[in-house]
Amino acid sequence: MDLIALLPFDLPHPALLAAGMLEGTVLAAVLALTALGLSIVFGIMRVVNVAHGEFYMLGAVLAWFVTHTVSGTVGGPPWLGFAIALIVAPLIVAAMAALTDWLVLKRLDYDPEATIVATIGVLYIIQQLALTFYGPDARPVEAPFDFRVQLPWFGYSGYKLVVVGAAIALMLVVWLVLTRTKIGLVMRATQYDRETAQAFGIPVDKVYAGVFALGAALAAIGAVLIVPIQQAHYLMGGDPLLLSFIVVILGGLGSLKGTLVAAIFIGLSDGIISTLYEPTLAKILATLLVAMVLVFRPQGLFGARAA
Amino acid sequence: MIRTIVLHAAVIAGLFLLEPVLSDYHHGNLARIMVLATYAVGYNMLFGYTGLLSLGHAMFFAAGMYGCAMLIRLAEWSVGPAFLAGVLCALVAGIIVGTLALRTIGVGFMIVTLMFAEAAYLVILYYNEFTRGDEGFTIPQAVRSIAGIDLSDTTNRYFAALLLFAIALIACAAIVQARTGRVLVAIRENEDRVRMLGFDPFRYKLFALVISATMAGAAGAAYAVLFGYAGATFASVQYSIFPLLWVLLGGPGTTLGPLLGTVLMFYLVDYASGTIMPGLAALVETQFGIEAPGLASAYLLLVGVTLVLLVLFAPKGLLGTVRARMIPWLP
Repeated sequence: MDLIALLPFDLPHPALLAAGMLEGTVLAAVLALTALGLSIVFGIMRVVNVAHGEFYMLGAVLAWFVTHTVSGTVGGPPWLGFAIALIVAPLIVAAMAALTDWLVLKRLDYDPEATIVATIGVLYIIQQLALTFYGPDARPVEAPFDFRVQLPWFGYSGYKLVVVGAAIALMLVVWLVLTRTKIGLVMRATQYDRETAQAFGIPVDKVYAGVFALGAALAAIGAVLIVPIQQAHYLMGGDPLLLSFIVVILGGLGSLKGTLVAAIFIGLSDGIISTLYEPTLAKILATLLVAMVLVFRPQGLFGARAA
Repeated sequence: MIRTIVLHAAVIAGLFLLEPVLSDYHHGNLARIMVLATYAVGYNMLFGYTGLLSLGHAMFFAAGMYGCAMLIRLAEWSVGPAFLAGVLCALVAGIIVGTLALRTIGVGFMIVTLMFAEAAYLVILYYNEFTRGDEGFTIPQAVRSIAGIDLSDTTNRYFAALLLFAIALIACAAIVQARTGRVLVAIRENEDRVRMLGFDPFRYKLFALVISATMAGAAGAAYAVLFGYAGATFASVQYSIFPLLWVLLGGPGTTLGPLLGTVLMFYLVDYASGTIMPGLAALVETQFGIEAPGLASAYLLLVGVTLVLLVLFAPKGLLGTVRARMIPWLP
């Protein structure tokens, strides 16, 4: 019996499958970076940042402003504007996140439920401010360079491969900072026991503000990297938020390794499924999977039991 | 007890007496507000009294709305049975989601409900052949009548909305005054102690969730019938956030808070999108020369600001604060 004929869908052409996997890899890389930000914030602060997707959007919008100013007003080359955006946008976003922490989250004493409601409010504020000053249009950002890598079946944008490399390098840096430096040690001490850390002279307030800023900055970097591929739009934060949630929960709340594994898994499957089949269906299955994981296996699919 | 009954009767009578006085504009608004306030009363049963914060109530509202509207559109049911079927859909959805989601607590419960609601929203978009997705569909005026009463007529619509709201309000007041309601509040305050006293918190929480979902579904079904429209927007996250906002503003755990919160927020958003934001946009551009292309349509900014301010400075909401400072017997 021909089993392939029984499948409810057509098997794709290998070239299409390869294209889907490459798209998926790009998506997975940026998603891993964004989700890592959410995961660090939850892991260390126990704060579920619903506004995370808006920090991502803000990164993309700021990247547009910077590149637009550099190439339009000053007349610089595209790579210069992009390089500046890659530094300036995450810094501004980080500053805004630290401000949010200081103005809102700290005052709520990081109560888990109150901070969720508050970050929902922050989500609307950032999103609507972006609408106010950036407007409702989607705008493209030019890629910093333009070369194609010729693969056996098709040409491929070299920029996308650089995005993957940059994301991997950044995650490596974050991992090294968290596990091999004094700053990382202080962060982990705060995560392990906030009050004892305070008693040992660790400035917990500053650590929290720094962690929240770092989480937001990671989302912003992911957005700057992706914005030459997608366009910057004030509503673009919804999808990365949902996907980051899925990744962080499947990977195990607060587990960094789990987050990475889940990001690769979700990014790749989303890339493949979205390229070849119906993206909505994939999202329905993923959200239901997340709900079921939280109900029946709260420590996540890949991660160890969360602290 | 007597003053509680008098207070609720007075509110319902007040809404009844307002009907002939209101201008066309406010008349339509208030009908809409009463339907949405019914949704908020249901949300308050779960959030305000039982202490369970759901981020996915739009799925129950949408279950009622689509359960009712799809039967009218595709199966050509009449309004009465379709309305009841919509309410039943929400009730069943409440039992299923509740049984699963109530295995989690706190943040887990919030995210599980959010994810279920997101899945429900995407299902509506996915089957857009039947649901017409984001665009939605209208229910023709000709079929929007029950027992010969034309529900698209503004006066009938107002009284139908009032009837729905009054039933929800009385049911809520009765439940929270009864023993069950005291157990719900006790669960909110200290679940372990309730369990120690020999109650099964899960059963009570499931009861609260199903009642809450049923009220949300009734509001959704009523919205479809009274305003003749069903669309995926009503299933989106935004419509899960709205009842939370209304209840937080009016006062969680007060019977009349949901109505007050809905009225205030409805008119604030209405006034903002019609007057404040366009005015502000004109001012910013002419006076300060700042380019703000989207300011006129950024009325949701108010939703965000209100949420943050409430959480920071008034977590008890308006009536909760009034109860704490002035009128301790306020239900």
